[in-house]
This record gives sequence, structure tokens and C-alpha cells, in this order.
Amino acid sequence: MTTAQRPVIDLTDVTKTYGEGDTVVHALAGVTRRVERGDYVAVMGASGSGKSTLMNIIGCLDSPTAGRYLLDGVDVRHRDDAQLSRIRNRKIGFVFQSFNLIPRTSALSNVELPLAYAGVRAAERRRRALDALTRVGLRDRAGHLPSQLSGGQQQRVAVARAIVTEPVLLLADEPTGALDSHSTAEVLDLFDELSAAGRTLVVITHEDEVAARAKRVLRMRDGVVVEDVRTVAVTDLPPDMGALVEA
Amino acid sequence: MNLSESWRFALRGVSANKTRSALTTLGIIIGVASVIILVAVGTGSAKAVEDSISSLGSNTMTVTPTGTQGGGIAGGGGLAGIASLFGGGGAAKTDTGTKTRNPTLTMEDARALTDTTAAPDVIGVAPVVSGQNIVATYEGASHSVPTFSGSTPAYLGINNDTISAGTAFTDADYESHRRVVLLGSTVAEQLVGQDTTALVGQSVSFNGKAFTVVGILGEKGSTGPLDNDDRVIAPATAVQDTLTGYEDLSSISVKASSSDTTASAQDQVTAILDGRHNTTAATRDFSVFNSATILSAATSSNDTFTVLLGAVAAISLLVGGIGVMNIMLVTVTERTREIGIRKAIGAGKGDIVTQFLLEAVILSLLGGVVGVVLGLIGSQFTIVGVVPIVAPYSVVLAFAVALATGLFFGLYPASRAASLRPIDALRYE
Ligand SMILES: Nc1ncnc2c1ncn2[C@@H]1O[C@H](COP(=O)(O)OP(=O)(O)OP(=O)(O)O)[C@@H](O)[C@H]1O
Ligand SMILES: [Mg+2]
Repeated sequence: MTTAQRPVIDLTDVTKTYGEGDTVVHALAGVTRRVERGDYVAVMGASGSGKSTLMNIIGCLDSPTAGRYLLDGVDVRHRDDAQLSRIRNRKIGFVFQSFNLIPRTSALSNVELPLAYAGVRAAERRRRALDALTRVGLRDRAGHLPSQLSGGQQQRVAVARAIVTEPVLLLADEPTGALDSHSTAEVLDLFDELSAAGRTLVVITHEDEVAARAKRVLRMRDGVVVEDVRTVAVTDLPPDMGALVEA
Repeated sequence: MNLSESWRFALRGVSANKTRSALTTLGIIIGVASVIILVAVGTGSAKAVEDSISSLGSNTMTVTPTGTQGGGIAGGGGLAGIASLFGGGGAAKTDTGTKTRNPTLTMEDARALTDTTAAPDVIGVAPVVSGQNIVATYEGASHSVPTFSGSTPAYLGINNDTISAGTAFTDADYESHRRVVLLGSTVAEQLVGQDTTALVGQSVSFNGKAFTVVGILGEKGSTGPLDNDDRVIAPATAVQDTLTGYEDLSSISVKASSSDTTASAQDQVTAILDGRHNTTAATRDFSVFNSATILSAATSSNDTFTVLLGAVAAISLLVGGIGVMNIMLVTVTERTREIGIRKAIGAGKGDIVTQFLLEAVILSLLGGVVGVVLGLIGSQFTIVGVVPIVAPYSVVLAFAVALATGLFFGLYPASRAASLRPIDALRYE
């Protein structure tokens, strides 16, 4: 298989159960799904339907109870803590609902952090972190602390941190959940740009407005995928950008 | 990730909460500083005692009665004074005697020791009587004299005493029971202030008995808490007439011809007194000790003292270490989310362990450095009459222990941080 054909995410009958006996919860009850390189997928579903559980497994933060998961062609089962750390560092960029920047640490240092853990040298790290901040439009805020930034700006710094390592997959759990409409638009525009640049995105959301920007929408209920709708082809521009081009 | 990176993260962690870091460090600072200062005090007081004992010369010895009533060896001045500090010699037997026994050391005993055929190696003998609870008064000023010795002029030579003003009393003064005294500088200062020479020729009364001051003794400094200048020396005859009565001697000071003959002189003294008292090694009612035996007793008791001081200080260092651990545990709990984020974006266990361990080490290192500086500064001051002498080993040891404390007590919090699972840590509010 060549890189172009290899799916970024390849889930086969993945289950996740919590607890046992009477209190057992099937957070994921058998998910089989693929996400191709360059796709932009929104995952929707009611609260408790298993979206975050799915994201934790895709993001190698948790391991499935059963089933097979290949990330970028690599089986991530039976990996130890150190190996999973390395996989997360190299292949995945995370964006969380609550931004999760390191407090009392400048935007630049926050963005440099994944590179530091990857062992990139200081000068190179700084250059790439500034590049990433430029891409999210916050180069002039490099020296600011998280507490000196607005929610939207913090989330854009988080996006910069997520893309600075050029990961194969950008994973976002409710990235706009804590943002007002203006900041939401900023972040979604950023996602469109990243998608247009060929990046693979998986975004978990409650909001139709957010899902409407994706190329494909998965709907979950009780730990299974109940709907899988594609709006535009993997290789096309995301819907909003495509519309703009057509207009 | 390299170590310098971890250092930066750790430094940022420490400086993020400066007040708390400073307070945490305080425990280590106090521990390290007190180790250095207390060991320095111990070393300094040992040195002072050694100096003052060796200043007496290695060929002096003191005979003290054991198992009798009377003054015992207290306040005998010179060797006996120092010996009393350490409870040296046979003083421990004091309680066992009965009050009805005859005095064990008499003027005749002292005279017998001057027999050059029986004691060829003895060149000086001075009987000592001690006045107890003596208060000196002079023109309204009064001072309680802890050491009031009555002896012969030979006493001064045996104890290397010098006269800084006036003259010593003479054999003629002794023979004719003349009421003259030599004052230690402390006593003189207490009575007239700085101009002590003005006292020479004046009459000072001791417990109401008038004595004429003929001279001021040269300064001898102090031995630990014992002020060697707070004393008075007068002819034994006059002292017996006025203050002590004609009972036993509190001690006899003896000088050997040289340090090489000290041992044989000691044997001769023991033999003469055994003969006169009808005693053997088992029943002996006196003891003879020289400066060497006192020195070794003093040294060993001082070593114990230093070790005890060091142990107390080491415990405070340990407590400081536990403080570091406590704060590191709080820090780890507080920063659970941060740890989750770091792990999510690629930090391995090792990275997290290193970061938090380094934070603990930085805290204790900081405490160690400040503690050493404070310890060295504190050791410049005279503490309870002792000039501290900094022992280099204590500085190295205190610093190393502080560092080891940080490592040891940082290890548990750090490994707890590192073993947090990223999803749990991220969920933590
Ligand atoms: N650590 C856990 N232990 C036990 N049950 C869990 C745990 N984590 C999740 N669950 C359960 O698994 C199910 C799916 O949870 P999940 O967090 O994936 O839902 P979600 O779709 O992300 O919901 P939301 O939209 O509210 O974030 C829920 O029923 C939840 O109670
Ligand atoms: Mg969720």
C-alpha cells in the first residue's frame, strides 16, 4: 500500500466497555470505519453516545477493549506508555474544548512544547513554532501568556500547537464548545484552511454549524455509528471554501 | 527531550509560585544552616578547651580528694576547674563518702610532696583551698566570685599565671598570713570598670574581710562557658584565717620537671600519698590527673557534644526534606491537568519524572546554597561564649544531604506524576 492509499484511521469492530457485571457500560459497541488522508470528518451524537471515548481511542490516549485499530497503517495495540507517547507526539495533534494550554507559559513556548518532546533543537523549534503561530494569525502574540489571550486566541494557539509537528491527524473534541460565534468562525476558517492544505481532521461536535463545514459527518448513538454522510469528496475543498470558489 | 529542556521546565515550575517555593526552601535553609553552625560551635568549643588545657602545659597535674566532704574539686582553678567541667577524674565518687571522715588532703600532704628524694621529678607543689560563695565588695560595687583560691606563690608558676599590673604575693606574705589578693581581670572590671590598675593598693572586702589588692592577673580567656578570668588568688594562710577555716585542701597543684617526667612524677605523688593515707589503688581517697588525661576526657566529651548537635541539626534537615515532598505532592495534584496535557502531546514518563524531580532538586539546591551562605555568616558570630570554627566537612555534608533529600523526597511525587494516565489527568478538574 502506498502512503496515498493508506487510510489515516482504520477501525475494525472496535469496542470499549467500562466497568463489569451489572454496571457494565458499552461506551463503544463495535465501530468499523475508515478515514482517508485529507478527509475532514465531523462526529456528532447525543451526550453519552461515545464520541469522546472514540476520540480517546483514535488519539491513542486509551486502548480499545477489543477490535483492531491501525493509525496511519500502524497497529497501536499492545504498545507501552513510552511508545504511545511517541506515537501521539509524531502522528496526532490534539485540540480540546478547554484549550488546555500550559498556564504561565508563553504562547510560543506552548507551541514549541511538542517539538521539545520530539527532541527538536531550540533554534529549529522556535522557527517552526513561529511559523505555526503565523499560520493561525497570532505571530504578534507569541510572547503572551494564556491568561493574556481571549478564548478564541487561546484555541488558535492550541491549533498551532497541534499542527506544529505536521501530524497526519488533527483531532479536536468540541473545539468550539467554549467559544462565542466570532471566535468559532475564526477557528472553523482555520480548519478549512488546514483541510484545503491536505490535512486530515476529525472534529467532535454538538453544533450543526460546525458539522456543516466538514466533508463528511458521522452520527453516533449508544456506542455505534448510525449514520455516515459525505457532502464533498475527500480530494475536494471543504464545503464552505468550495462554495466560495464557485461563487 | 534533553536535560537542559527539563531544567527550563522545572525552573519555570519553581518560579511559578515564588512564595511557596521560598517557604518550602526555608526548611532546607534552616536545616543546612543549623548543621553548619552547630557543628562549628561544637568544633569551636572543643578547640577552646584544648587550647586552654594545653596552655597549662603538659607537665602540670592536680591532686583532688575523692569521697570526702568539703569543696571537692569545684573552683580549684586551673586544671581542677576545667576538670570539674567534664566531671573528670574521680569526682564521680564524691557521693559515696561519709561526712564523718577526716579530710583527705592536708597541708602536710602537700608538704610531703616537696620531698625531693621521694619525688625527684616534682619541681613545684601548691596546696589550694577554695572559698565558697565569696562576694567581693569595693566602694559600693559588689561581685560574686565563682573561683576563690588560696595557695602559695608557687601556684602562679605551676599554672602559668601572669601578673598584668602590680606584683604577685610573696613567700613572706604567705608566711605572715598577710591579707593580700590577686584579682582576675573579670573581677577587677566588675568592681571598678575598665581602669583595673587603679585597684592595685586598694582594699577590697571579701565576705566582709578586707584584703589589699597587690596585683591584677593576666587574662586567660574562657573555656567554653567557664570564664578563666573570673577568679581571685590569695595566700592560703590568710584565706584559712578569714574565710575557709583550717580544714582540708580542695586540691594540690603539682608541676613535674618536664613533660617527659610527668608520668613518673604522677607515680611518685601517688606513692607518697598512698603511704600517708594508708591506701591502695582500690581504696584510694584521692586522684591525680594531668592535662593529657583531662584533654582526652574533654575531647571525647566534646566529640559527643558535636555529634549530638549535628544530629539535632540533621533532624531539622530531614524535616525540611519532608516539607519538600509535601509541597511536591501538592504541586503534582494541582498540576494534574498540566501533566495530562504534556503526556497527550508526547511527554514520556521519563520526561515527567525528570521535570518534577528537578523541581524538587532545584528547591533543595536553592535551600542548600542559601543555607550554606547563612551558615557561614552565622558562624562568624560568637555563640554562647564560643567562637565557632566552621568544619569544612559539615558544609560539604549538609549541602550533599540537602541535595540527596531533594532527590529522595522528590522521587515519590515525581513518579506519581509520571504514572498518571493522560485521559484521567485530562479529565481532572
Ligand atoms: N471512565 C469511565 N468509566 C465509566 N464509564 C465511562 C467512562 N468514560 C465514559 N464512560 C461512559 O461511556 C459512555 C460514553 O461516554 P463519552 O464520554 O464517550 O460520551 P460523549 O459522547 O463524549 O458525551 P458528551 O457529548 O457528553 O461529551 C457514557 O455512558 C459514559 O458514562
Ligand atoms: Mg465528550
